[in-house]
Amino acid sequence: MNSNLAGHSFNPGSPDSPSSSPTKERRWVKPVLIGVAIAYLSLILFLPALNVVVQAFKEGVGPFLTNLTEANFVHAVKLTVLIALIVVPMNIVFGLCAAWVIARNQFRGRAFLISLLDIPFAVSPVVAGLMIVLLYGRNGWFGPWLEAANIKIIFAMPAMVLASAFITMPFVAREVIPVLEEAGSEQEEAAKTLGANDWQIFWRVTLPNIRWGLLYGVLLTNARTMGEFGAVSVVSGNLTGKTQTLPLFVEEAYKQYQTQSAFSAAVLLGGLALITLVLKEILERKTQIKDVVE
Amino acid sequence: MAISFPSQATPARKNPVSQLLQLSWPWRITLGYMSIMLLLPVSALLLKASSEKPADFWRIATSPIALATYDVTFVTSLIAAAIDGVFGVLIAWVLVRYDFPGKRLIDAAIDLPFALPTSVAGLTLATVYSERGWIGSLLAPFGIKIAFTRLGVGVAMLFISLPFVVRTLQPVLQEMEHEIEEAAWCLGASQWQTFWHVVLPPLFPAILTGVALGFARAVGEYGSVVIVASNVPFNDLIASVLIIQRLEQYDYSGATVIGTVLLTISLLILLAINLLQAWGRRYEL
Repeated sequence: MNSNLAGHSFNPGSPDSPSSSPTKERRWVKPVLIGVAIAYLSLILFLPALNVVVQAFKEGVGPFLTNLTEANFVHAVKLTVLIALIVVPMNIVFGLCAAWVIARNQFRGRAFLISLLDIPFAVSPVVAGLMIVLLYGRNGWFGPWLEAANIKIIFAMPAMVLASAFITMPFVAREVIPVLEEAGSEQEEAAKTLGANDWQIFWRVTLPNIRWGLLYGVLLTNARTMGEFGAVSVVSGNLTGKTQTLPLFVEEAYKQYQTQSAFSAAVLLGGLALITLVLKEILERKTQIKDVVE
Repeated sequence: MAISFPSQATPARKNPVSQLLQLSWPWRITLGYMSIMLLLPVSALLLKASSEKPADFWRIATSPIALATYDVTFVTSLIAAAIDGVFGVLIAWVLVRYDFPGKRLIDAAIDLPFALPTSVAGLTLATVYSERGWIGSLLAPFGIKIAFTRLGVGVAMLFISLPFVVRTLQPVLQEMEHEIEEAAWCLGASQWQTFWHVVLPPLFPAILTGVALGFARAVGEYGSVVIVASNVPFNDLIASVLIIQRLEQYDYSGATVIGTVLLTISLLILLAINLLQAWGRRYEL
């Protein structure tokens, strides 16, 4: 956010008649409004966030660390990272291609393609998971064929990857399209006339131009992939120590009344959220994008 | 697929297969990936839904339990989005117009509901708003229970949709010119009149867009709600949780029908948001 723009105080009254001027905002308005804003945010945001940390360390650092070394927990962390390592590169490649297609080409159905790309943001993650089940599940389209070939997708990692990739599909493309449009194609055309091939143009001209937008998209993709709960919960079967990611571990531990271990995992995910927010803030300053992310 | 390519515009139409082979790699990856990862799953849902007899579809979609989940899902989402609309305007206003210590931090924290995994949000909201939690224990003496009731569902939705309102409003507020407000004041308008007649009208499309985005997000929310609610039918069960319960009972028809209803409504909200944004753009000049 631009602090110099926000720095205006809401007081344009003329300096020689400050008290009689009708344009002077009443003195109580500013503190009251700030107070109400902070109170509301505390109830909805700050206290719940603080609570995660307090609960995790309620019995000290020792039990917290013990929770972090538990086998099921370690497995959940590994699986979460592994899924992100597969999904994020997949959606980077797709996102870059889709952004190029949309930003650099005029064609019939372009608006339609952009709307299609919005679908993953619009549908409930549970419905997304349901779609994957209907496609690859035992009674699904490919179910009999997959069973015959002995390929397991539902209640296994492939479905979790498919579901996460579905949910996070638009992020990269959405962030890259505006930067690509802004950069224009003149530099790329110049490189082409100078004899660069497509690959060289991409690495030396296009990529440097769009790098911050791309990183922003990657950041959002990664955060959503690692934190995804609904879609993954539907397709994974939530088998402890097998198909349980970190967000699923949090829910399962809470349901089993292992609140302490739930909060230990929650702190880790909260840390991920914090890192994401910090990097997001840095990237926003670089790119000046501040749009609402869905 | 309804997407056509530049080469198709030429009068001499060739067969689609050879055209597809002529496409460059980014085109092939985009169309291929979207077909397999996006269109195929959506078609699987829609075709499964259309294989139900219309009478059966209607019976499942309007069964008492389904109607009760729509009520909890959509009405609670709407109320939560509206409350966030009011407080979102206030927060965006405070963040754009005033300067105070800790402002940057608060501004950055607005995105927390987006960055925080929903199961963590559900876990901490269920704890804070439970009878023994920080906030829940203050309300318990008055007989107000929040966690594991419909109110808890509402709180989770408030949490999840707040950034959408604030982030939609901030840029619009920032670009708004002070001069118009000053003019209104000079003409003798009171603060309240200025806010109501001068500041609010141009903000209106942005407020509606933000509320619609927040509403859409709240309708689709699952992770935080399933943890903070008791998930009892006719009480605080939302549509997404009903889909999962149907799936767990291997009732694929039930899950599909309710999933299709939810998908259709989500797409209608998406359409409404696009129209709202087009309306809002009229004010940009």
